Amino acid sequence: MLTFLGKRLLATIPVLLVVAVAIFMIVRLTPGDPAAVIGGNSATNEDLDRIRVQLGLTRPLWEQFAIWGKGVLHGDLGFSFFLNKPVIELIGQRMEPTLSLAAGTLLLAVAIALPLGTLAAWRMGGWLDKAVMAFSVAGFSVPVFVVGYVLIYVLAMKLQWFPVQGYRRIGEGVGPWLNQLVLPCLTLAITYVALLSRVTRAAVSEALTEDFIRTARAKGITELEVLKHHALRNAAVPVVTVIGVSAALLLGGVVVTETVFAIPGLGQLTVDAVLNRDFPVLQGVVLFFAVVYVAVNLLVDVSYLFIDPRIRY
Amino acid sequence: MQPQFFSPSLVPTVGTSASTLSRRLARWGAAALLAGAAAGAMVPAMAQTTTLKIIPSSNITVLDPIWTTAYVTRNFGYMVYDTLFATDLEGHIKPQMVDKWKVSPDNKTWTFTLRDGLEFHDGKPVTSEDVVASIKRWASRDTFGAQLAKVTERYETPDARTFSIVLKEPFGLVLEALGKPSSNVPFIMPKRIAETSGDTQIKESIGSGPYVFKADEFRPGERVVFTKNTRYKPRAEAPSGTAGGKNVYVDRVEWLIIRDAQTQMNALLNGEADILEQPAFEQYATLRTNPDIKLIDAQPAGNQFILRFNFLQPPFNNEKVRRAALLALGQEAFLRTQVGTPGLTRYCKSMFPCGTLFESEQTGDYTGVANPQKAKALLEEAGYKGEPVVLMRPTDNPTIGKLPLVAKQQLEQAGFKVDMQSMDWSTLVARRAKKDAPSAGGWSAFMTSWTASDILNPITMAMMNATGDKGWFGWQTDAKLEEIKVQFAQAKTEADKKKLAQAAQLRAFETATHVPVGQYNQPAAVRKNVSGLVPAGAQVYWNIKKQ
Repeated sequence: MLTFLGKRLLATIPVLLVVAVAIFMIVRLTPGDPAAVIGGNSATNEDLDRIRVQLGLTRPLWEQFAIWGKGVLHGDLGFSFFLNKPVIELIGQRMEPTLSLAAGTLLLAVAIALPLGTLAAWRMGGWLDKAVMAFSVAGFSVPVFVVGYVLIYVLAMKLQWFPVQGYRRIGEGVGPWLNQLVLPCLTLAITYVALLSRVTRAAVSEALTEDFIRTARAKGITELEVLKHHALRNAAVPVVTVIGVSAALLLGGVVVTETVFAIPGLGQLTVDAVLNRDFPVLQGVVLFFAVVYVAVNLLVDVSYLFIDPRIRY
Repeated sequence: MQPQFFSPSLVPTVGTSASTLSRRLARWGAAALLAGAAAGAMVPAMAQTTTLKIIPSSNITVLDPIWTTAYVTRNFGYMVYDTLFATDLEGHIKPQMVDKWKVSPDNKTWTFTLRDGLEFHDGKPVTSEDVVASIKRWASRDTFGAQLAKVTERYETPDARTFSIVLKEPFGLVLEALGKPSSNVPFIMPKRIAETSGDTQIKESIGSGPYVFKADEFRPGERVVFTKNTRYKPRAEAPSGTAGGKNVYVDRVEWLIIRDAQTQMNALLNGEADILEQPAFEQYATLRTNPDIKLIDAQPAGNQFILRFNFLQPPFNNEKVRRAALLALGQEAFLRTQVGTPGLTRYCKSMFPCGTLFESEQTGDYTGVANPQKAKALLEEAGYKGEPVVLMRPTDNPTIGKLPLVAKQQLEQAGFKVDMQSMDWSTLVARRAKKDAPSAGGWSAFMTSWTASDILNPITMAMMNATGDKGWFGWQTDAKLEEIKVQFAQAKTEADKKKLAQAAQLRAFETATHVPVGQYNQPAAVRKNVSGLVPAGAQVYWNIKKQ
C-alpha cells in the first residue's frame, strides 16, 4: 500500500511538470495582452510598452518561466497582474465557495441518485425504471443555466424562499450560508443525479445478473440485503469512479452555475483571468486544478482497495 | 433584505451538538412545508446601519485609478479620494479641495490654497506636499496631465495649505486639467503613496474622500466595501456633477460583483441590490414597467460610439478613402442595432458630444446620415484598389459587439471590401496596438465607445492625438491639428476655446480622424426607496438616501 502510494506520488511529478510547461506556453501563445487590458481605452503604444516592462513581459520566455517555476517550487504562485495580490491568496479566497458548492452538490446527488439508480435496476423495465431514465435524459439535456433561471424564478423571485444570487461565508452563520447554497446546489445536482443514477442503474443491473446474486436469493436473504450487501457493493467501483470524476469537475469550478448565481468560486476566477489575460492567476489556477485531479484520482484508486478485496496494486 | 428559508431558530450555530443538530435537521423537513412563513424570517441586521448595495458596471480588477483608465476604477476613486477641482453638470470647473486660488499677471504662476480641515482616512492632514506628489504621479500617466507637466517649470509648497504651479509659458487649461471628471482623474493621495512610480500599482487605497475603503472586507470578484468617512467635510454648495457638497447619508456601501446581466436584474428586482449601474440595453423595457424601480440618468452627457481608422496601412492611409468611409456610415442603423431601446439614443454629428461645452454643428461634409452613392464616387476618385478592410469585432462585448456588423454592411454598400474578424475584447485591445499590415496580424478599423467626459475637448479626445507613433491607436500624424490643440491649450477666454475646439473638430473631419456613429445613454436602475443619485460625468455615489 505504502509502496503504491509512493509510486503514485512520484508519478505525479512529471504530470505536474508537463501541465506547468503547457499552461505557461498556452497562455502566452494565446492572442491578447494583459498590458492592453490594463492600459484601457486611452492608452498609447508607449503606455503599453511601459506596462509590459513593469509586468516583466519583455523578458525572454525561458526567463519568465524560470522565475515563475522557481517561485512555484518555493510555494509562491506569483502575483496577479491586476489585483496586485498573491495568486495563492486569490485561490484561497475562492476555495470556500467552490468546496461548499461541490460538497453540497455531491451530497445531494449521491443521496438521490444511488437509491434511484438502484431501484431502477431492481425494477428494470418497470415504470420506475422508465421514469428514472426519462429524468436522466432530461436532466442531462437541459442546460444548467436554464435550470438555474427556472429555479431562481420559482423559488427565489416568486416564492421568496431563497436569495437569487451571492454567497455568504460559513463564518457569517450556517443559516445564511445554507440559504445561499440551496439553489446553486439544486441546479447542479440535477445534472449529477441524472449522470449518477444512470451509472448506478447500469452497474447494479449488471451485478444483479451475477451467479452470486442468484445464490444469495436461493439462501433466502431478503431483497434489501441482496441489493445492499451484494449488488451495490459489487457495483460500487464504476459508481465511485464517476463520483470521483464529478468531484474533480466540481472542484475545478463550475463556471455557468457560478455566473448565474454570482458565486465567487474558482471557475469565475479562471474566466476572469482568461478574459483579462492575467497570466499568473491562470497558471496558478490550472496548476491547482491539476493537483486536484491527481489527488482525486489517487483517492479513487485507493478506495477500490476497500470496496473490492479482489483488487490489488 | 434577503429571503431566508433557513430561519435562525432552525439553523444550528457553530458548536451545536450532534443530537441537537439531528433534531433540527428533522425540523427542516417541517419547515419546508411552512416555506411561506419561513420565507419572511430575517437574519438579524446590524443595528441602525444603512447599507447601500450597488451592482457596478463591471468587475473591478485594479484599485489604482492612476495606473489604469478603467471606468470602474475611476468610480472607485471617486468613492475614496477627493479632487482639487471638479466639473459641474454644465461642464464648468469648480473648486473642491481648493478654497481659493490666484493667477499671476503673466499667467505663469497659479497659487492655490486648500480648504481647512482636510484629512486622509489614516487621520493625517492633507498637505500641499501630498497634493504636489499626487499631481506629479497623475501627470506621469494621464495625457492631459502630461500636457500640463510639459509646460510646468516647478511646483512650490510655501506652507502646508498652499501650493503653486509655476509654468514656463501660459497654459489656459490648468483648471480643466485639475478638474477633469474622467480617467485619469487627478485624485489626491498621501505623499508616501503618491511617491510610488506611475508605472507601479499603489498598494494602499487611502484618500480623503467621502468613503473609506475597507481593505479587510475586499473580496476581489465578489464584493467591495466602503464605510462613511465620518471626518469628511463636504463643501457647502449643492452637489452638481463631480462638484459641490459630497454629503453621505448611508453608513456603508457594498459593490456586489455580478457578471450575468439577468442575475443583476433579478438581484435588483428581488431587493438584494439597490442600484444597478448599467442595465443591459434589452432590460430597459422590463425595468420601465416595474413599479418598484425608477430609471435615473446619472450620466446625462452619455456615451459615444466611434469607428477608428488605421492611418498607417492601406486602404485607410489614404485620406479620401477615409472620407469615403465617413460618408458611408449612418448613425441611425448603428443606434437601432446596438441599443434598440427608444429614448436611449441620440443622433449627434458633432465629435464633441452633444450636450457638452464644445458641441458644434461645424462638421464639414459629415452628416451622420449614410450616403453610399457619394461615398462610392469618392472611393473611385481615391483610386481604391479593393484592399480588404480588416474590421475587428469584439463578440464578447455587449456594449459594442453589434456595431461592426452595421459598419460592414454600410461600407460594403459603398463599395468597400470588408473582412470582419471576430475576437474577444482582450484580443482586440492587444491587436489594435499592432502596426503591422492587416494581413500580418494588424487591422484597418475598430469600433469602441467613449463616455462623454473623456472626449470633452481636443486635448482629452484620444482620436485627436495626431502625434504619429506616440499617438493613439491608428497613429495619425497631422501637424495642423496638433498646432490647433496648442492654441486651444493657450487660449484664455471661453470664446477662444470654443472657436479653437471648433477648428480642431473641422480639421479632424477634414482628415477623417474617426467617425462618431451616435450617442447613447444607459440610465441606472434604482429601487424606489433610494433617492439622491447625482448626475455627473462619472458614476458617483454621495448624496444618496435610502429609506
